[in-house]
Amino acid sequence: MKLKIIAGIGLLLVILIVSCQSEEQLEFDRYYSAGSIVYQSRCQNCHGAKGEGLQALMPPLTDSAFLKANRALLSCSVKYGLNGKVSISKKIFEGQMPPNDLAPIEIANVLTYVTNSFGNKMGTITSQQVEIDLRKCR
Amino acid sequence: MRKLLAAILVILLWNACKFNTGNKKTLPILGSRQTATKMVNGQSVTDTIYQTIPAIHYINQYGDSVTNKNLEGNIYVADFFFTTCPSICPIMQRNMLNVYNAFKDSAGFKIVSYTIDPQHDSVPVLKKYADKLGISGNTWWLVQGPKDATYTIAKSYLVSVEEKNPAGEYIHDGFFILIDKQKRIRGTYDGTKAEEVSKLIEDIKMLKAEPASATSK
Repeated sequence: MKLKIIAGIGLLLVILIVSCQSEEQLEFDRYYSAGSIVYQSRCQNCHGAKGEGLQALMPPLTDSAFLKANRALLSCSVKYGLNGKVSISKKIFEGQMPPNDLAPIEIANVLTYVTNSFGNKMGTITSQQVEIDLRKCR
Repeated sequence: MRKLLAAILVILLWNACKFNTGNKKTLPILGSRQTATKMVNGQSVTDTIYQTIPAIHYINQYGDSVTNKNLEGNIYVADFFFTTCPSICPIMQRNMLNVYNAFKDSAGFKIVSYTIDPQHDSVPVLKKYADKLGISGNTWWLVQGPKDATYTIAKSYLVSVEEKNPAGEYIHDGFFILIDKQKRIRGTYDGTKAEEVSKLIEDIKMLKAEPASATSK
């Protein structure tokens, strides 16, 4: 009898915890953790484990204002690379960022990771959004 | 059985003693070696000839020429890179910066980074790259010279570099090579791994502390 009560309470607790994690949170977690793996293999060499960049050669990924202002362009930058000058963290960076042949879902994963790490907090960037943004790439 | 145990005990003891009385740890001398026998005072003496780095003629980011003479009396670390390298170079440079920062104020130490793309990496390009990397002074030289010479010299550093592959990328491994004052190879370290580069920093300290008698053998 006692055992049943304890088991019942335990089950209730589990349900409570699971339901607290909203669908959105779960989606975010999925994107974020998959993104960290893409980041390690495709971005970390240049941008660093903490998104710190490399001196004046590689821009850091810690400029939240830049990321927010260029949110719709981020997908294009990842997919097709960057050329020319950009001003990030009050410094001018020039040169080339190589293109990355990634699927929209991978771009969404890695962007969700980057824009919610290193002091950034921009929420989930979904693969649907990435597909829309990619269509507008110049 | 008892004899065997005794023998094991003796071996263990001997090894233990050897460990304690052993000389200070020194770095190995790598590369191929040959022996040369010569007559000294009527006696034949056999010397070991270690692989050394041959003469080099390069130009650094300041436009100054770099030859073995400029490196004389220096311990140095060599690596191979190119400024437009998208793959492993940034992480190598990040790690090499740690080496630079550890020794930039100490005499008798240099870093020599050979570009494997001299056509693009001219002196002004190298200077700009050095500035962006935040390095100054004469501790870290980015050097360029004829491509053939660089590909040949890479072999004597035990490093492999290859021509551009069909995708337009140079293939090169990311090793940092530690060279002593006698131009002998004393260590190779994977420049893409932070922990190996930490070991390199420790080994440089050890090599700097190596007594002259040990190095002139």
